[in-house]
Amino acid sequence: MGAIIKREVSAYFTSAIAYVVMAVFFLFSGMFFWNMLYYDSSNLIIVFSSMFMVTLCVLPMLTMKLLSDEKRQKTDQALLTAPISVWQIVLGKFISAEIIYLCCMAIYIPMTLVVACFTAPQWGIILCNLIGMFLLGSSIIAIGVFISSLTESQVIAAVAGIATGFFISMLDNISAAIGVDFVTAIISWISFMTRYQNFYSGIFNIADAIYFLSVIGLFLFLTTRVIDRKRWS
Amino acid sequence: MVEVKNLVKKYGDHTALDNVSFTAEAGEILGFLGPNGAGKSTTMNIITGYISSTSGTVTVDGCEILDDPTGAKSKIGYLPEIPPLYIDMTVRKYLEFMFNLKKVRLPKKEHIDEVCAVVKIKDVQNRLIKNLSKGYKQRVGLAQALLGNPPVLILDEPTVGLDPKQIIEMRNLIKGLGKKHTVILSSHVLSEVQATCDRVIIINQGKLVADSKTSSLSDTLSSSSSLLLRVIGSPSGVMSALKAVEGVVRVEKGAQVSEDGCYEYVITTDKDNDPSKGIFYAMAKNNSPIVLMRSNELSLEEAFLRVTEPVASVSRKGGKR
Repeated sequence: MGAIIKREVSAYFTSAIAYVVMAVFFLFSGMFFWNMLYYDSSNLIIVFSSMFMVTLCVLPMLTMKLLSDEKRQKTDQALLTAPISVWQIVLGKFISAEIIYLCCMAIYIPMTLVVACFTAPQWGIILCNLIGMFLLGSSIIAIGVFISSLTESQVIAAVAGIATGFFISMLDNISAAIGVDFVTAIISWISFMTRYQNFYSGIFNIADAIYFLSVIGLFLFLTTRVIDRKRWS
Repeated sequence: MVEVKNLVKKYGDHTALDNVSFTAEAGEILGFLGPNGAGKSTTMNIITGYISSTSGTVTVDGCEILDDPTGAKSKIGYLPEIPPLYIDMTVRKYLEFMFNLKKVRLPKKEHIDEVCAVVKIKDVQNRLIKNLSKGYKQRVGLAQALLGNPPVLILDEPTVGLDPKQIIEMRNLIKGLGKKHTVILSSHVLSEVQATCDRVIIINQGKLVADSKTSSLSDTLSSSSSLLLRVIGSPSGVMSALKAVEGVVRVEKGAQVSEDGCYEYVITTDKDNDPSKGIFYAMAKNNSPIVLMRSNELSLEEAFLRVTEPVASVSRKGGKR
């Protein structure tokens, strides 16, 4: 697993993907941060809440080639005939994308420090936000890994991943448009937005954390099934 | 070393492998021969655990591929038909990655150096794989299979796409490897199997049709041998003279070879009674000079066609039923 993580992380940096994703992430974070400062605010929640959709739509770029390219280049034969399990392969891929995501999130360290220069930051709320953002991003990465396992084309994986991210971020608007009570109830239960809102409001609800962790677990599990299914068919 | 028992692989209604069983002993180079689409790659993919079989077992050095996949896989070095190379890595980085992936417990630097020396890729170590020629890519693929000195090497068409010089080099390399490893190699080129393998298995339409020593393959498949003859002289006189020679079973007249009345004859001979001398004297007596006489032994090529054809007709019958 360590070998896969090491290879994938270095592949992210030898191709342009890591730089592009980080640049887009920094650009939007910086824009929202500048906006916050412009209105004489030190409330980082503005940044975190605005990043919801950006996170969902940018991170699929990290996962688009993780498994699709392996199939296209036939390198999956090397992985699947090596003495490691399918779980180790999938986890290795997932963790390598997570590492790049953490590099993206590192931008919040200087931002927090800037805020700390002006006012005493509410560390609890910031920490809660960071955890929420990490769980949100990890979930879309897990979904992206799953989508990547379904196709051999990274373009399809990217488009499907971004579309999924966009759909998830629009889910609440859709349910509002439908306006049927029980549909709204179901959608607000599975909605990433509702869960994430708690985090950026500074409420650490263990149920929300478990929800995101379940999404991650479920999609990674489905990915291992997809890989195995191909071998058994 | 490698034991394959009653392997069956079905893709829906299509049977890719039908009850294939064979074993490869330690230190043996086993050739896996068959026309395209016969099921060679499928068998190899099953042995290496890349895909699963519908039924049947594969045991590699005592480890069953389904019960102990990690144990079995760690004993196999696999070079698939298309070498599994990450084209955006340098050769050295790639081999280091594969070394870690396979969890090899040998001194890393020395071992990779050693493998690079064996397949002669030392001078391209720091180049990106995507910039290498096909021959070098193939060697990097082989290097990857050799990492960790696995007791079993499985090579799927290792010489495809190489130039004649590289093919000879690759064959010699494989022969050398056969001393230390059990090698199973597949090919649809017969001369290649003839040149490298101790034993050959012929597979056709998913069925095993022959399993014998390379040296005895053409012998076991033919009960009589034949001679090819070119003689100048009137065909009818030559024919009757040839038929009279002891040991000649059948004479077939071939095409005219040149203007001066030289014809080709294929003579089926009795295996235990070589008529060459008799033919020489008979032709001398007939005043018909022999321009060429050589043994027309059944080549592996013909043997191959002979064993693969009956199966084809059997399966056609099966289709009608």
